[in-house]
Amino acid sequence: MQTVAQPKSLWGGELGLIAVLGLLGLLCLFIAARTIEPAYAFHMGLGVIAAALSIFAIFQRYNARPSEHPPLEIDGLPNYNFGPVKFLTLMALFWGLAGMAVGVYIAFELAFPDINLAPWFNFGRLRPLHTSAVIFAFGGNVLLATSFYVVQRTCRARLAGDLAPWFVALGYNFFILIAGTGYLLGITESKEYAEPEWYADLWLTVVWVVYLLVFLGTLYRRKEPHIFVANWFYLAFILTIAMLHLGNNAAVPVSMFSSKSYIVWSGVQDAMFQWWYGHNAVGFFLTAGFLAIMYYFVPKRAERPIYSYRLSIIHFWSLIFLYIWAGPHHLHYTALPDWAQTLGMTFSVMLWMPSWGGMINGLLTLSGAWDKLRTDPVLRMLVVSVAFYGMSTFEGPAMSIKAVNSLSHYTDWTVGHVHSGALGWVAFVSFGAIYCLVPWLWNKRDLYSLRLVSWHFWIATLGIVLYITSMWVSGILQGLMWRSYTPQGYLEYSFIETVAAMHPFYVIRALGGTLFLLAYCLMLYNVYMTITASERAAPVTQPSLQPAE
Amino acid sequence: MSSTGQPHHGGSLFSRHHILETSPILLVLGILVMVAIGGLVEIVPLFYLKSTIETVQGMRPYTPLELAGRNIYVREGCYLCHSQMIRSLRDEVERYGHYSLAAESMYDHPFQWGSKRNGPDIARVGGKYTDSWHVAHLIDPRSVVPQSIMPSYGFLMTTALDTRALVDNVATNREVGVPYTDDMMANVMTDLKAQVSPDAPEAAALLKRYPKAVVRKFNPATPEITEGDAVIAYLQMLGTLVDFKLYDDKANLR
Repeated sequence: MQTVAQPKSLWGGELGLIAVLGLLGLLCLFIAARTIEPAYAFHMGLGVIAAALSIFAIFQRYNARPSEHPPLEIDGLPNYNFGPVKFLTLMALFWGLAGMAVGVYIAFELAFPDINLAPWFNFGRLRPLHTSAVIFAFGGNVLLATSFYVVQRTCRARLAGDLAPWFVALGYNFFILIAGTGYLLGITESKEYAEPEWYADLWLTVVWVVYLLVFLGTLYRRKEPHIFVANWFYLAFILTIAMLHLGNNAAVPVSMFSSKSYIVWSGVQDAMFQWWYGHNAVGFFLTAGFLAIMYYFVPKRAERPIYSYRLSIIHFWSLIFLYIWAGPHHLHYTALPDWAQTLGMTFSVMLWMPSWGGMINGLLTLSGAWDKLRTDPVLRMLVVSVAFYGMSTFEGPAMSIKAVNSLSHYTDWTVGHVHSGALGWVAFVSFGAIYCLVPWLWNKRDLYSLRLVSWHFWIATLGIVLYITSMWVSGILQGLMWRSYTPQGYLEYSFIETVAAMHPFYVIRALGGTLFLLAYCLMLYNVYMTITASERAAPVTQPSLQPAE
Repeated sequence: MSSTGQPHHGGSLFSRHHILETSPILLVLGILVMVAIGGLVEIVPLFYLKSTIETVQGMRPYTPLELAGRNIYVREGCYLCHSQMIRSLRDEVERYGHYSLAAESMYDHPFQWGSKRNGPDIARVGGKYTDSWHVAHLIDPRSVVPQSIMPSYGFLMTTALDTRALVDNVATNREVGVPYTDDMMANVMTDLKAQVSPDAPEAAALLKRYPKAVVRKFNPATPEITEGDAVIAYLQMLGTLVDFKLYDDKANLR
């Protein structure tokens, strides 16, 4: 390798990205000038600003960087690229706060409707903001951060691409910004969990393809002979989300100068596409991706190997094969043909097995290390998340049975079920991973305070219990009231009576959510103090540093 | 694990898994095959099995005003609290009317069946309430239903309907398969105004193009067409197109 300093010049990737961003920025400017929709012009304006800032940042970096690419290895050890991982971790923490705060607000809106502020903060516009912010913004940033961390560590290779990982990290968060502000301004496709309009969808597609390339490129660079199991799950998550996104969002825009588009599917086919997408956003975004986190962080934190390699293989292939079929259980007794409903139910029940296979694999990884649950609240959080995963993946198949679903569908039971998965499993496993990641990324010996983690754990758990029990009661109560008959054979309750009966449970649910949010703030403080005030890790863990003497 | 007759050492299939674990591209292909199957089996037949969408009389594309109203319904996320899908269960049929048919949403891009009932199903709300009830209810839901938890949509009644892109919107619907005729396409703006002008001569032509369209000034407070007019026009036609006195569900059994 040459050590002679070469004259500095822009690399091909930098030039290419400047050109692409420049063209996109001009296109946004052109559309912003021509459109008659103020909200769309605002989004295009954001596009112009983002493109200009990105080009500026590339030149700033050019001024600061050396003339050669960063080495892949230093002294035989991989030179990991953790910059994007740090950024994504912080963005996850920010969006988590925003998404959960909006969730608490809309929970109070259902209990006290006078706090709806038309038009921007009405329930109908805020609810997609809540779901997108917690699923795609918080969850998505956690998945991007951990996948970029885990794939480097388990491949012992530097992340592929130079600007590409930053493009993914910033581009994804720009997509979130466009999607979220769009809902408030009334730009939405009103397809549940796929609300962003056509131009945001196109941008996400570009970002996602680059994400896949960065991930695959890193796998190809690996120094380990085998691809670690967590990476199988990340790969399935990335590929399947791409497939679902393209299928469900196929739309024709009214024109280039309009934010409005029409989905090419209609009616019953659109419903099937929607829940093929919707249920597998659960299956591949909220499950496969977070199972990857489980497969890396649980063994790492417990300092034990994964319980069973064979179970991992069965778990992986059966889970991804069966999940895709489960969508129609969202459409029982609707105008979707019966054969499709029955298929969806059957596969949903079968899905119980791989789900619990994964849970067992995660839990039994603690064999011989169960005592750590008493002393390590981070591990406790990870393990309890796996327990919640087991609980909600039992409840799910039960609710997919048509007889049960006839009661639970359209009620709060579904909302409670989603939150036992979202708060108990997805959020807890994310919290556990972030508590592990922050000291590793910022070179700290440990977290600022384990006691605060313990407080976080217990307050949040109490919040979840209030949330899901109140939703069980309200959901089953309302379902029973809807189908209740008087002895004379008339429907016993008017619809509005069943709404009024929900009020106390909506208050309890909102309080449960508030507790979860407050506990989350403890985590924000803990992470802030860890980064700014915690003791630095011993230099042994920093192979890239040279001793001064 | 193997189904072949040959005796295997335990885990031969597992030992072969290393092929996938050492080749990213084979892993990618394996995943794509596994996740493609379920969707193909469940989705593709819906496009060619004739029994998927029933044969009914009366379904027609939305009038320009109804379409504008539906777009506002979509914009405000109404589907998050109101379903438009009556299930084939006794209590639902008695509460809301005949269970929803696939045919009734075949021109809906996107479908708005919904998944949660914070409010009641509105698949057949058309004609159940008066226009003035809808106006009062949208402005202040608790003025007519004291226990309602619905937000206020009073701003719809004071916001003029933006119709500048309406022709393009109808054209895009036609592109994605809604059977708007050339005649309908040529009269989008005329039909829009005719639907709120019952005394105008154009109203008859509108009704010929769009049978059963409700022709009234829905929000009488303002002379101009507001977003409220469009939304109420949409609500007042929901579930009214198919005449269930004539519908024979046995005829669709195959």
